[in-house]
Amino acid sequence: MEIDPFIFRLSIFILSIFVGYYVVWSVTPSLHTPLMSVTNAISSVIIVGAIIAALAGSSENIFEMSNIFGFLAIILAAVNIFGGFLVTQRMLQMYKKKKK
Amino acid sequence: MSANLSALFYLISGILFILALRGLSSPETSRQGNYFGIAGMAISIIVTFLSVGDLGPGFVYVLIFLLIGGSIGAFIAFRIPMTAMPELVAGFHSLVGLAAVFVAIAAFLKPEAFNLGSVGNIKLASLIEMSLGAAIGAITFSGSIIAFLKLRGIMSGSPITFKGQHIINLILGVSILFLIFYLCKSQSSNFFWMLVTLSFLVGVLLIIPIGGADMPVVISMLNSYSGWAAAGIGFTLENTALIITGALVGSSGAILSYIMCKGMNRSFFNVILGGWGATDQSSKSGDKEQKPVKSGNADDAAFLMKNASSVIIVPGYGMAVAQAQHALREMVDALKKNGVKVSYAIHPVAGRMPGHMNVLLAEANVPYDEVFELEEINNDFANCDVAYVIGANDVTNPVAKSDPQSPIYGMPVLDVEKSKSVLFVKRSLSPGYAGIDNDLFYRDNTLMLFADAKKMTEEIVKSL
Repeated sequence: MEIDPFIFRLSIFILSIFVGYYVVWSVTPSLHTPLMSVTNAISSVIIVGAIIAALAGSSENIFEMSNIFGFLAIILAAVNIFGGFLVTQRMLQMYKKKKK
Repeated sequence: MSANLSALFYLISGILFILALRGLSSPETSRQGNYFGIAGMAISIIVTFLSVGDLGPGFVYVLIFLLIGGSIGAFIAFRIPMTAMPELVAGFHSLVGLAAVFVAIAAFLKPEAFNLGSVGNIKLASLIEMSLGAAIGAITFSGSIIAFLKLRGIMSGSPITFKGQHIINLILGVSILFLIFYLCKSQSSNFFWMLVTLSFLVGVLLIIPIGGADMPVVISMLNSYSGWAAAGIGFTLENTALIITGALVGSSGAILSYIMCKGMNRSFFNVILGGWGATDQSSKSGDKEQKPVKSGNADDAAFLMKNASSVIIVPGYGMAVAQAQHALREMVDALKKNGVKVSYAIHPVAGRMPGHMNVLLAEANVPYDEVFELEEINNDFANCDVAYVIGANDVTNPVAKSDPQSPIYGMPVLDVEKSKSVLFVKRSLSPGYAGIDNDLFYRDNTLMLFADAKKMTEEIVKSL
C-alpha cells in the first residue's frame, strides 16, 4: 500500500516542532524580542500562498474575488516581511559588546 | 519549474529559517542569522514566481502590491520607538493572521488554482486544513488587535470580564468544530463564512479578560497562534517552507509563553482565564498601616554609590515609561569612572514582552555583557554594596519568598534586599501591578528616592 503524501508532510511538521523546540530553548533570553520579530517575519512566508492566489486564473479577468484576496494578502504579508526583518536588524545592530 | 524542484527549494528556505533562529543564540551570530532569514524568504518568493511559470498581466500587480506593503513595513520598522515594540509585534501578528485568513478564503473560492479539487468538491483533507488555518488565523487577527489596543492604551488594560464568559467561549469553540464538520459534509460556503466570523469573535473574547500586566504572555501566545495558522495553510498548499516555518514559530511562541508564565509563577490557564488580582486587590489596600520609611535625595544616593565597589541596577518597565534609560547609562558611565563595578539585573517579566528590557538597554548603548538574567546574577546581590532599583517593583518584593498568603508567593524575585543598601527610585509608596505592598520599602537598608525615575537619575549624575 502506498503512503499518503499527507503523512510525509505531517512528519516534516512534527519533526520541525522538535527542531523548533530545541533551537528556541538555545536562544539567549536577551534576544527574545528580536526572536519574536523575526518569527513574525518568517511566518509571513505565507505570501507564497498569496502570490499563487493572486496569479491564478484567466488573464482576461485578473481581479476575480479570489485574486483580490490574494492581492490583499500580499500587501499584509509584505508589510510583515519588510517590517519584521528590518526592525529585527535595527534591534540587533544595537547589541554591542563592552569596549575594552 | 517542476514541482519537485521547487519543493526542494522550499526545503532550503525552511532550513534557512531554522538557521535564522539558531543565530539568535548569541548577539554575535544574530545578525548573520537575520540574513539567513532574509535569504530564505527571497528564495521562497522567487521560487513561487518560477513555479507559477506563465505569469501573465497579474505579475505587475503582484510586484506593485509587494512594493506598497514593503514600503509601509520598512517605514514602520525605521520609525517605531523601541518602547513601542510590544504593540508593533502585536500589530504584525494580526497581519499574519489576516493574511492566513485571506489565503484560506482565496483557496476556498478557487481551489483549482491550488490543486485542491474544484468548487463544491474540495478534497476533504484540504478542506479541514484550510478551515483550521482560517479559524486560527482569524483568532490571531482579532486577538492581536485587542492586544494592540490594550498595549497602545487605546483600550483600558484592565481585564474585561462578565458572567458566563467561559461558557460562551466554550460554546463558540464547540460550534467552530461543528461548523468545520458541516462544511466538510456540505461544502457550502455559508458554513465557511460563519466559521470565519465566529473565529474573529472568539479572538476578541479570548483576549479581553486578560489584564495589562499579563500582556507578555498574550503576545507570546499570539505569536504561537500565528505559527499554527501558517502551518495550517502550509498543509493546504502542500508547501514545506510554510509547514516548517509554522512549526518553528508555533513552538517558539509556546516556549516564550511558558517562560513568561514561569517568570510570574502562574499557570498558563490562570492567565488565559482572567485578570490578576481582580479579587484580592481591594482587601489588601484596606489594612495598610503606616510603617517607617527612610527616604533620601540625589546627593545621598550619589554618595552611597560613589563609595561602593559594586552596584547592581534593577530596571523595570517604569524606567522605560519615564524614558530614563539614557540618563541611567550616563549615571553608570560616571560610576565606572569612579572605579565602581556596575552590572544590570533583568527579571524575565521586566518589560511588556519577552526580552523587552534588554532591547531598551541596548538602545541606550549598554553593552550586553553587562546585562544579566535573574538566575545568573541573583547570588551576586549578597556581595554587592548598592542595588539601584529603577521602575521595578513587584519583581523585587521579598514577600514572594516569605508569605504563602501573598498572591505573588512563589514568583521568582531578585534578591535585592540582600545587598548592603538598596536605593529604590519611585514616585510614591503605591503598590505595583500585583496590587500588593512591597516589603522592601520598609527595610532598614532601603533608602527610598521619591521622584520621577529620569529626573532622579539625572540629578544623581549631576552630583556625581
